[in-house]
Amino acid sequence: MTEEVVIINEVTKKYDNIVALDNVSFVTKKGELFGIIGPDGSGKTTLFRILTTLIKPDSGSAFVLNYNVIKDYRKIRSSIGYVPGRFSLYSDLTVEENLKFFATVFGTTIKENYDLIKDIYIFLEPFKKRRARNLSGGMQQKLALCCALIHRPKLLILDEPTTGIDPVSRNDFWDILKNLEKENITILISTPYMNEAKLCDRIILIQKGNILDINTPAGIISNYKETIYSITTSNLYKLNLLLRERESAKSVQLFGNEIHYIDKNKNIKIEELKSYIINSSPENFSDVKIKKISPDIEDCFIALMK
Amino acid sequence: MNNIIEVENLTKKFGKFTAVDSISFEVKEGEIFGFIGANGAGKTTAIKMLCGLLTPTSGKATVASYNVYNQSEKIKKNIGYMSQKFSLYEDLTVKENISFYAGIYGLSFSEIKNKTRHLISLLGIENEKNKLLKSLPLGWKQKLAFLISIIHTPKIVFLDEPTGGVDPITRRQFWDLIYNAANNGITIFVTTHYMDEAEYCNRVSILANGKISALDKPEELKKKYKCSNMYEVFVKLYQDRNL
Repeated sequence: MTEEVVIINEVTKKYDNIVALDNVSFVTKKGELFGIIGPDGSGKTTLFRILTTLIKPDSGSAFVLNYNVIKDYRKIRSSIGYVPGRFSLYSDLTVEENLKFFATVFGTTIKENYDLIKDIYIFLEPFKKRRARNLSGGMQQKLALCCALIHRPKLLILDEPTTGIDPVSRNDFWDILKNLEKENITILISTPYMNEAKLCDRIILIQKGNILDINTPAGIISNYKETIYSITTSNLYKLNLLLRERESAKSVQLFGNEIHYIDKNKNIKIEELKSYIINSSPENFSDVKIKKISPDIEDCFIALMK
Repeated sequence: MNNIIEVENLTKKFGKFTAVDSISFEVKEGEIFGFIGANGAGKTTAIKMLCGLLTPTSGKATVASYNVYNQSEKIKKNIGYMSQKFSLYEDLTVKENISFYAGIYGLSFSEIKNKTRHLISLLGIENEKNKLLKSLPLGWKQKLAFLISIIHTPKIVFLDEPTGGVDPITRRQFWDLIYNAANNGITIFVTTHYMDEAEYCNRVSILANGKISALDKPEELKKKYKCSNMYEVFVKLYQDRNL
């Protein structure tokens, strides 16, 4: 048996005249936490729907756990877990009832696989009698994950499970995923949060149905060749506007409390940049601080997506 | 500067559950005010009360100097609102959505015509103006939804997770639009789960279990909790209090 859990081979999918996936190929290995990163409309959900056998590719082939997504769809459906982007549990059932329902549908019991969901279920235990619709977003996602795991799937597909979820619940969620890796469950996940992309073993960056890059997060960062200057001041917004006007500016992006600035001239001196900022505006930027920094994954994505 | 929102001991209970627990704060005119907190902390309930959509159980609140208890219709005319969920009409075109909302807010025909032209050129979607909304990417829809939410030049706009699920480039374009609106004197009241966006606010309040557990400028919050960014502040605040 090969160790490849997902094989996508030259897959194309169109909706009318919109190309959702354009000749996409990649392979994921057993036990991998594999991130699929791309803007809305890039084809992430289409890819997931093909792998979960909900839609068929127009051309190309796809295999999940060595099963063909078209011929062997029944086998695939019983061996994978899927959490779609939209909350898809029964909102009128309680936490406990939802879990029991999914266990029964997959021909198993909660007891049989309780060890797998235990770490997540302890968060939900206090609310087990509560209807799913009355849970907070973070709790709903944890319940969805429990329901997707209850039949001990070999592959877990998660479509933006942390969108709209607060930072603390997102941390909890990723701790749980990291633990599942130890169980040898392969995970395919999409996320709009770049700090989460960094937690994956490998990521693909996809845009308009095309793969821009497949690599480890460290690999993507080490391929980045620009020199980034982090610039801070108390009046960040005004400075942002000023820098965009600069003729030799290559990229000016707000990053929280700093601006990430790239100049067309790679060897520009910090002093030169500083005097430009202070002298070319009536605004008072005397508190400006500039330093060279190493890129983060979000810098890389912005550069690749442009 | 005047206060555009004044809230004192505002409380909302659903049965035995207290969703918003005696919160007090002010928002100044022209401010970008961040309203962050965990899922279920009470953010949306608080916003609904401020928009005149939900009657408080107790406490006081005025928005644009109108009382939330008995002047909610006046409030609705003077505010803008957008959320990730409430969006535009998917089966109408870009242009139709703009004229529909502009019409609802009572703009004249010539104003509608000017606004439509202005919005379309601002977003650079000249070629898409006659396309159905559902054919546009989420990021475009969200930007359009924001501009439409301020089409009647409200005094304040409430944005409930406007950038949820949006890619890094579009999020930044969205914030350009927010800054631009703030520069034109519109007060911004915004919730987000992206902590880099919390840094873009003039002041941030952090809501936990229906109570405001911190409220200050981002730099002051970072100093107080000895953190280097707002993400750390948020995590620390929640963990310290074991929430």
